[in-house]
Amino acid sequence: MGLIDSLKNGLAKSRRSLAETLGGLIRGSSALDDDFFEELEATLILSDAGATVASRLVESIRKRAKQENLQDPSEILPVLEMEIAGMMTGEDPVKVKIGASPHVILVVGVNGSGKTTSIGKLAHYYREQGKSVLVAAADTFRAAAGEQLTLWAKRTGAEIVCHAEGADPAAVVFDSVAAAKARKTDILIIDTAGRLHTKTNLMEELKKIRRVIQRELPEAPQETLLVLDAVTGQNALHQAKIFNEATELTGVILTKLEGTAKGGFAISIKTELGVPVRWVGLGETQSDFAPFDARAYAHALLNDK
Amino acid sequence: MLFSGLADRLQGIFKNLRGRGRLSETDVNECLREVRMALLEADVNFKVVKDFIARVKTRAVGADVLESLNPAQQVVKIVYEEMTEMMGGAQRSITMASEPPTVIMMVGLQGSGKTTTAAKLARHFAKQGKRPLLVAADLYRPAAVQQLQTLGKQLDIPVLAIEGESNPLAVVRSVRETALSQLRDVVIVDTAGRLHIDSELMNELNNIKALVKPHEIMLVVDAMTGQDAVNVAENFHGVVGIDGIILTKMDGDARGGAALSVRAVTGRPIKFVGSGEKTENLEMFHPDRMASRILGMGDMLSLIEKAQETFDKDKAMALQQKMRKDEFTLDDFLTQMQSIRKMGSFEQLLGMIPGLGGKMKQLQDMQVDEKDMNRVEAIIQSMTKKERRDPSIINGSRRKRIADGSGTRVQDVNRLLKQFLEARKMMKRMQGMQKAGQKLSSFRLPFGN
Repeated sequence: MGLIDSLKNGLAKSRRSLAETLGGLIRGSSALDDDFFEELEATLILSDAGATVASRLVESIRKRAKQENLQDPSEILPVLEMEIAGMMTGEDPVKVKIGASPHVILVVGVNGSGKTTSIGKLAHYYREQGKSVLVAAADTFRAAAGEQLTLWAKRTGAEIVCHAEGADPAAVVFDSVAAAKARKTDILIIDTAGRLHTKTNLMEELKKIRRVIQRELPEAPQETLLVLDAVTGQNALHQAKIFNEATELTGVILTKLEGTAKGGFAISIKTELGVPVRWVGLGETQSDFAPFDARAYAHALLNDK
Repeated sequence: MLFSGLADRLQGIFKNLRGRGRLSETDVNECLREVRMALLEADVNFKVVKDFIARVKTRAVGADVLESLNPAQQVVKIVYEEMTEMMGGAQRSITMASEPPTVIMMVGLQGSGKTTTAAKLARHFAKQGKRPLLVAADLYRPAAVQQLQTLGKQLDIPVLAIEGESNPLAVVRSVRETALSQLRDVVIVDTAGRLHIDSELMNELNNIKALVKPHEIMLVVDAMTGQDAVNVAENFHGVVGIDGIILTKMDGDARGGAALSVRAVTGRPIKFVGSGEKTENLEMFHPDRMASRILGMGDMLSLIEKAQETFDKDKAMALQQKMRKDEFTLDDFLTQMQSIRKMGSFEQLLGMIPGLGGKMKQLQDMQVDEKDMNRVEAIIQSMTKKERRDPSIINGSRRKRIADGSGTRVQDVNRLLKQFLEARKMMKRMQGMQKAGQKLSSFRLPFGN
């Protein structure tokens, strides 16, 4: 279970604070009373799960504790773990079928969430699998974004389509699709400029990019991944909602999980929008990247070892 | 309800409260419970919320409040005051060193917006007549140096970078000498983004600090940050010691609870907010104005300041004269439109108008299309001077020529002319209203008459 271990290692720090509070809570409480559940709710809120989800989780835990006649606070952890894992289970990203050639992955997100780095890691992951990868630098807005992606392409042995800064992103996408078709590339990963979901015109640009892809390849993009920084708060849910409306997300890449933030909002993104987490980013190097595993995530979040 | 803004929520809560004549302690408690939920959903840290509510409660349940003439109003006032206080009271800027150069060091997590903000700050100082120097000490993220160099070139501000260097300490070592030899009086050092729990990199930050001896260390925080904002701020403050905070990405719809949290745990003031991708989108942070924005009271002061900044007073007076004498021409129409555009995006302006903050959602659909503005400019610029002064001479063949010249259609020209005539009619009517209104209201326009 190498993947689960790497996820757990990465989460070691992020886990600590929640697990510590929870551990202290469990050791400090003698019975499953109202105080206990209130504190449990607070702990969940601190993980950015959101006030609504926190109260719903606690309610269902409370009910199960009653049904299964749980008396001891220490019995709560596995129950909570299963509850969270159950809420977050989605399709395994490794099993996403790479049938079409090219298999197109569109990567979107707000500024600074870690899109370009995640693309570098994705490219690395697929290169390791022996696939040919082409990355498209459709972030023509941010200064030096193309250079950043070019460096990643070099590092991972992927090919790149890159225009000058300020070029039309749709044109970059068009060229990259044409190139991927001509070269029979296995995987085409498209980097887009960071955009706040509230900028209507930029969201329209994203729709246009999608249309350009679909005109050339009716089945594509097979995946549209939203990159979310784990340090984000409740706004992440709003981001996911609006990006989903514009581009029909197939999954989320949860980045920067090696910090103390837990990305608890991912629970509501799955339950409210049905969009699962597909990948997690756990550091700056290309191998700090793993497919998301709901059980491992829930377990790592709540357990000390 | 899940997605509604903090201002929306609070306004609803307070409206409910205002409807009642007398308040019992239970009423106040119930209201504060709602305020608590609203703040939590706005990502204000759990512990910060707890303290905040406790403070408001002690003040709000006192007899002098509950038995006052308008208790609900009093509670709102207390919430507003406490919120302003929590965000730092008065507005504070960056202190200049008595002996230049003033060195400012930017620190923060990855992706918080350090590089962009460094460039924005440099522009801010250049505007004040200072001579800034940018230092590219983020050597970890690929192409971060190029990003800063590109921004520096756009702003015509020099960037200190060492080609091929991989140790940030080597870059910052010569900062002071470079600044002195190039007569630069403000130095802004961009550092690599790092996790607050990465002890090795945090240590490196301390080494950089020891070398550049910054006068101010600014922590850059993304306005969308959640509960973890507290850990981030505490750690950075604990390890390197920060002097101020810059909040970025305020142009999104984040409710900005992080603003309350970081200030509360570090005790350091928020000095600037970044609200857009362009280098001019940096504003001073005003706690009182932010509090009134959060509470949906609008921010008329910022709006007026913006107007004063962009409008030329003489031009505005001349325009008013023209409007009075009914001499308003298409040229004036164009100047007016251009100066409004200079003030910023329409969304930004709308958010500052009292009572509109909460209604932003409906307004988003009627966003003014920037392209439409460009088209109007092109049409007017394709007219002769005579036509601009007297649109009535624009006949069919002139319309055709203008449309061809501006790359638009005759219908577009027609629509613009119609709009212009309407605007002129409206101005005439408003002149009458203003004269009548002057006696009634003491509200002053930015460029009074």
